[in-house]
Amino acid sequence: MSIISLSHINKHFEGNHVLKDICLDIEEGDFMTFLGPSGCGKTTTLRVIAGLENPEGGTIAINGKEMVDAASHFYTDPSKRELNLVFQNYALWPHMTVFENVAFALTVKKLGKKEVRLKVEAALEKLHMHAFMDRYPAELSGGQQQRVAIARAIVTEPKILLLDEPLSNLDAKLRIEMRAELKRLHRELNTTIIYVTHDQVEALTLSTKIAVFFEGELRQVDTPKNLYRFPNDLAIARFIGTPTINFVEALCTSISGQPCIESEIGSFDLDLKKLPATERVTLTLKPEDIQLYEKNASVERGILLEVEEVMPAGSETLIQLRKGSLELIAKMIGDVPFETGDSALASFPLNKVNVYDAVTGILLGQAADSSSAIYEVKQSMFS
Amino acid sequence: MKKMPAAAPGKHGIRLVNKAAEFFKKPVNLISVLALLFLGYTIVVPLWEIVSHSVRFNEGGSLIHFDLWNRVLGSKVSESLFYKPMLNSLSIAIGTAVLSLLFGGGLAWLVARTDFAYKKTVMFLAVLPYMLPSWITSFAWLAVFKNDRVGGSKGLIQAVLHVSPPDWLAYGYIPIVITLTLNYFTFFFLLMSVAFSSMNSSLEEMAHMTGAPKRTIMRKITLPLIMPAILSGFILTFSKSMGSFGVPAFLGLPIKYYTVSTMLHSSMQNRMIADAYILSIILLMVCACLIFFNQKAIGKRKSFATIGGKGSRTTYQALGKWKRLVNVSVLGGMSLAAFVPLLILFVQSFMTMHGDFSLSNFTLHYWLGNSDPSIASGEVGVLKNDGILTALKNSLKIGIIASIVAAFIGLLLGYVITQKRSSVPARLVEQLSFLPYLIPGIAFSAIYLSMFAKPFLFIPTLYGTVSLIILISIVNELPFATRAGSSTMYQIGGELEEAAVVQGIPWWRRFFSIILPLSKKGLFSSFLLLFISVMKELDLIILLVTPQTGTLTTLIFNYAEQGYQQYANAIMLIIVAIILAAYFIAGKVGKVDFSKGIGG
Repeated sequence: MSIISLSHINKHFEGNHVLKDICLDIEEGDFMTFLGPSGCGKTTTLRVIAGLENPEGGTIAINGKEMVDAASHFYTDPSKRELNLVFQNYALWPHMTVFENVAFALTVKKLGKKEVRLKVEAALEKLHMHAFMDRYPAELSGGQQQRVAIARAIVTEPKILLLDEPLSNLDAKLRIEMRAELKRLHRELNTTIIYVTHDQVEALTLSTKIAVFFEGELRQVDTPKNLYRFPNDLAIARFIGTPTINFVEALCTSISGQPCIESEIGSFDLDLKKLPATERVTLTLKPEDIQLYEKNASVERGILLEVEEVMPAGSETLIQLRKGSLELIAKMIGDVPFETGDSALASFPLNKVNVYDAVTGILLGQAADSSSAIYEVKQSMFS
Repeated sequence: MKKMPAAAPGKHGIRLVNKAAEFFKKPVNLISVLALLFLGYTIVVPLWEIVSHSVRFNEGGSLIHFDLWNRVLGSKVSESLFYKPMLNSLSIAIGTAVLSLLFGGGLAWLVARTDFAYKKTVMFLAVLPYMLPSWITSFAWLAVFKNDRVGGSKGLIQAVLHVSPPDWLAYGYIPIVITLTLNYFTFFFLLMSVAFSSMNSSLEEMAHMTGAPKRTIMRKITLPLIMPAILSGFILTFSKSMGSFGVPAFLGLPIKYYTVSTMLHSSMQNRMIADAYILSIILLMVCACLIFFNQKAIGKRKSFATIGGKGSRTTYQALGKWKRLVNVSVLGGMSLAAFVPLLILFVQSFMTMHGDFSLSNFTLHYWLGNSDPSIASGEVGVLKNDGILTALKNSLKIGIIASIVAAFIGLLLGYVITQKRSSVPARLVEQLSFLPYLIPGIAFSAIYLSMFAKPFLFIPTLYGTVSLIILISIVNELPFATRAGSSTMYQIGGELEEAAVVQGIPWWRRFFSIILPLSKKGLFSSFLLLFISVMKELDLIILLVTPQTGTLTTLIFNYAEQGYQQYANAIMLIIVAIILAAYFIAGKVGKVDFSKGIGG
């Protein structure tokens, strides 16, 4: 059973339609990430779930209980939704010590002093902040404030933990540290986590599921692996992956009922689930799926390209390639034996090429090599 | 079978019930309802009162008579009742604004953009006149330039040089403009030094590198960037000068030089209430129009003011060979302008006769003396005077209560404004609380006088009580208090409260444990600024006081009217001492930034 269920959530903000008919089910124990560029509605969705914003349309059920029914203007208080929220800027109360920050909600609930102390200490222990109990937020570093904010959110033992871009205010190194910490916390606490970020690496490393938002719409909900491998449409494909994925315009023709592709990176058959609206399609190819060889190497289906720019970035190297109007970026591990002006042979596995409808932007399927089976047989015969 | 459609109204009913429950569950909604009721009662009703009393209705209300308006605007008396005073007011306002711009703007440039030496001192000296009652300077002016043609004693010049200063120098337009400028240039100074220092000097340096001559840079780059500050400064100075009462009363009335506000006061005194109302409406309209045009003119440009405000570095322009001269003359001039008036008043409060500097003429009588029928009809010295003690008590009582309550209400209104951001009630609260700013103090008190002269709704007759003066002071200070409150609230930010909302902490607990402790500092500085502002108030309360409820300022006015200048001076110095004490406490304890005080 899903722990959170949103259906047909609509929200307007000063005349802007910021959430457009969002439907989403989140399973218990999931680490669900809302991913998207800024202003796409991911934080608003989070705040709607938390009850800090009220949608004008749709229903929300948490744990099987109805929490929101916009049609009858029914909105449950945030505090009765068994969840807690960690804010982007932590929102620690600056005039209270770490202990008081974490304990505040418990003291309001009139728990005994001893019980409060035990619970607060346990929560701080989980985040290794036990030693800082008597400090004020201003005396803590950004990472430490972050931990206190999380401790404050988990001390009430919520069923659902909401995190709004919690790592965006930390420096790069600390961010990687906190990622591991969050993963550990998710395992230990066994709660459902909803996590908002615009950082795709964060989303891909942390989540069990990712929901991608664009312009107030929910575009794709998938596992990180699937999302990375098969983005639902061109906008998502453009958003996921660094450097940006390669796009190649192509024509889809049909030879005796079998669709096939004509493009600057070759001609090949298609393994399509849908047919394009027109013959115009767009192919995508990840930079790391391109292999480069010396120009006189013997490579099956190699394309000869000119090396325009070589950009080493430590562990990897980006190579910008061109042939006429065709531009490609390749990513290779380590150093590469190419310089600007060299020629290089590029090759790639066909099943890594995604085919999109150029007009609607929808994923149609993958390229396929009808002769690949035969090719493999030939290879084994000669060796 | 027909159950389906029947369910629809039921659902609708639930929706309404839920909607209402939702609305009242949030205390912020309750507060905004109360806030709107309060603002409506204290501001909108009074405004309606004057408008409706300026016209006459037929029985049954079918016809409106504008004969009262006709009397003010188009009759035989309207030249002396309206047109002349209006012309005087307008020319005073324009003159003051232009002079203040030159003076305050130049000073701001000096402090913000050059290597001028005594920046801190000049800043203090520039803020000083803002804190003191504006008529201090007019008293000092009279002490120096007064002539005996109009009656009364001689001024310093006539006494020492035996030259009688001409009327135009002693009274009327020129002294009024000069004394108002000496008080209101602070607006320009504060606004423009903020604009100058938030403007990134690399913007000018860029223009310099393109080879533009200095004059062109000034005209094409600097001026447009500080234009919004100039315009707001102009509006502030203009409307303050239009509505000011004390200065034109002291310097204008002896030669029957009337402005709209002094005419308003005398209409009120002569029981020509309708005239006073109509003059108030016109005064209000002039200020409102000005602000409207200002907003039109600045509009999108507003964003200019803060561009490059972050991390900008300023290169100070070297004054070069002029440096020494500028340093000395500016510091000297400012000190003279700030302290000489106080000094004159101080010395004068010990002198029996003006202009007689022989030792025998000096006396402590006006401070400590017992009743002497030969001096000032037997008034005792101010430090022994029970009437003055009462006035001091009243002043402090009014100042403290009004500023505490106003600061607190301002905080609550700021809470509504920031919480409900850009919703209709929030905008209504924001704009209504700004309205008293447009209403000249003297017009405002005229309205309250008639409103509270009899019991109204469940409010008893307030006329003659200190409560009425406290109430009007609170309402009059709302524009500043609300602005201070909402900026405090913006600084706190909504998330600190939301973090408590998701944990189920009830509103009163959120307010007292989170919001109030965090706004302590803002509340304190707003309280002190309001206190200073209330302490020096005269225009607002002059019509409302009775002998029992008089304050130090109204007492000064009475003494000055009777010609007992020494008593007036002595009391004035007491006020100055109280205000300066508040100022130093504010700076020491609260680290209060007085540049935020504009608009109060």
